[in-house]
Amino acid sequence: MLIELKDIRKTYFLGEIDVPVLKGISLGIDRGEYVALMGASGSGKSTLMNILGCLDRPTGGSYLLDGEEVGGADNDRRAEVRNKLIGFVFQNFNLLPRTSALDNVIMPLAYTAGKLSGRECRRRGVEMLERVGLADRMHHYPSQLSGGQQQRVAIARALINHPPVLFADEPTGNLDSHTSEEVMEMFGKLNAEGITVILVTHALEVAERAGRIIHIHDGRIVTGAFERGGDK
Amino acid sequence: MSMIGTIIVALKALRRNPMRAMLTTLGIVIGIAAVIAMMEIGSGSSNSIRKSIEKMGANCIMVMPGAFRMGGVSQGSGSTMSLTPEDCEAVLRECVNVGKAVPVVNARGKQAVAGNLNYSPNNIIGTGPDFLSIRNWEIGEGRAFSDREVDERSRVCLVGATIVRELFNGQSPIDCELRIQNVTFKVIGVLKSKGANMMGGDEDDVVIAPWTTVRLRVTGLKYGSATSTTSKAATTPSELYPGSGVALYPEEKDNLRTDTLLIPRFIQIDQIVLTATAPERVDAAIGELTALLRERHKLKPEDADDFWIRNSAEFMTTITNTSKVMTNLLLCVALISLVVGGVGIMNIMLVSVTERTREIGLRMAVGARSTDILRQFLIESITLCLVGGAIGIMLGHGAALLVESQLGWPIESSPGAVAAAVIVSAGVGIVFGFYPAWKASRLDPIDALHYE
Ligand SMILES: Nc1ncnc2c1ncn2[C@@H]1O[C@H](COP(=O)(O)OP(=O)(O)OP(=O)(O)O)[C@@H](O)[C@H]1O
Ligand SMILES: [Mg+2]
Repeated sequence: MLIELKDIRKTYFLGEIDVPVLKGISLGIDRGEYVALMGASGSGKSTLMNILGCLDRPTGGSYLLDGEEVGGADNDRRAEVRNKLIGFVFQNFNLLPRTSALDNVIMPLAYTAGKLSGRECRRRGVEMLERVGLADRMHHYPSQLSGGQQQRVAIARALINHPPVLFADEPTGNLDSHTSEEVMEMFGKLNAEGITVILVTHALEVAERAGRIIHIHDGRIVTGAFERGGDK
Repeated sequence: MSMIGTIIVALKALRRNPMRAMLTTLGIVIGIAAVIAMMEIGSGSSNSIRKSIEKMGANCIMVMPGAFRMGGVSQGSGSTMSLTPEDCEAVLRECVNVGKAVPVVNARGKQAVAGNLNYSPNNIIGTGPDFLSIRNWEIGEGRAFSDREVDERSRVCLVGATIVRELFNGQSPIDCELRIQNVTFKVIGVLKSKGANMMGGDEDDVVIAPWTTVRLRVTGLKYGSATSTTSKAATTPSELYPGSGVALYPEEKDNLRTDTLLIPRFIQIDQIVLTATAPERVDAAIGELTALLRERHKLKPEDADDFWIRNSAEFMTTITNTSKVMTNLLLCVALISLVVGGVGIMNIMLVSVTERTREIGLRMAVGARSTDILRQFLIESITLCLVGGAIGIMLGHGAALLVESQLGWPIESSPGAVAAAVIVSAGVGIVFGFYPAWKASRLDPIDALHYE
């Protein structure tokens, strides 16, 4: 199993009051799956995705990624995991302004341990942009790109180090239905190429493209925690 | 991240706000410019001082009459002005560490006239033939005067290049006549040009003549105190001037004419200029001199010296000390400016970290470790300081060039100062950039990403 969560908890401590957001999440996702995460607003989907993406730490429980406990790893190891093993796509794209599409795409390579030459970096960046169909826009700034194009640049950036898994938190949340379609096709294609995709969405037609839907309600999983349906 | 990559990112970040970057580095620019200008002017002047001292003669010693003054209070005990030609003779005879010694008398402020031109030479020096070798003067044309001409009070003189220009229109003045105070001198030699001295004065603005002639014919006579009861009278002038007569009517001094000269009993001289036999003997020679002159002047052990002794090395130290004080003062100004500049850098880097919190969060989200972030911001502040430093180096050099062209001060560009400036500005970048960079590196990725 690629991802294994056991009793993951996240509680925010705001002064006097504790705000429990995730109240014991356990789930398993296999390599090559396409999973959609659904739930009401405030149910804790983004919180869970941030923990999965190693951006945030759980308050309790264990998170095994490819058999390695990453929930409690030190900061440098988690940075390395984010760099090499995980691709993360944000709702608001998070591209660097005044920086060309190509430079945005190759930015993570700057933090990759095995040093690549500048030319090799660019070659890989161009390759990634070709993969998302934006090779002709590589010298454009984010402000010169449409929302869908920006999100595809962000996807290319997430994939630059060939991670086995791609997380996306409402990747189409800021896009209209037409451009959403573009982006969703992109995810379908990537999953077909063998990348594990986990995304958060509110739209049922988006979720239906996925092989499995996990429903989350008030910090607990309702259905879909493990591949063969039923809760464990 | 590679160093070059980081520097490029840093430069891009700076280019986004060129005006702000410029104002931020102003403190560094001014500080570095001050350091560079100071170093170039300082080393230029100390270099020219050293050259002047070399021109003057490295192991040159001067003895001057008068009690040594300290804090404006005479330390002497009523001693009279006291250097005599006999002292000079005695020094030559008895001090083994002294190579050459000549008496010197000055006749400053007198006018010199040649043909229909007149001019006031800066220096009219009466001395002996050895003076030229002691002070490293060379004869360019003609000849020097001899001991015999000194004894005979001959009216001959040597002139410097400036005098040739001012009084002889640059023509060869050999065998021409030059009048000083109604005394007519024949020019027998021209001195080779030495240029400006350490104070910026013109060394070539000089007339050199036998000291006997200058003292007895030009500047008038100075007698030893008539009431003096010291036994200096025991030394008779006839010892010194075998060819001269005995002083008969000293009270007629005011009526003396140049051709009916009478030798007074006590002649005073303004200086004795001498050399040690070798530069390392200077201290020994000064010791001998002091002992001999004290004995000759009949000073009791508790009495202070009634003369003072200076040597060229000492001049050098005095002047170097003065310039050191100036240098340190400027260095303080530069240091304060650098600290102020550094605080400016720190301030702007803190602003930059806050402004770019989301960027930091994003970089962390795609795999930047806290050390990467620390390094990026450190390099950014170092780059900022180095750019400021580079501008400062150019400005400082420009200021030094301006001083050179406008004030005529000698400057010397020093690669050491440039290296120091580069290191100092990088150092300021590290010291004052560290806290903001450290703050950036401590950010939590998720908090930074969600920063508004
Ligand atoms: N930093 C925080 N401090 C305190 N509470 C927080 C923090 N972040 C999130 N929460 C709370 O956690 C709960 C879950 O938030 P989360 O962003 O995970 O919801 P979500 O399911 O992604 O909702 P949406 O569909 O609107 O994006 C919310 O009630 C929110 O108030
Ligand atoms: Mg959300």
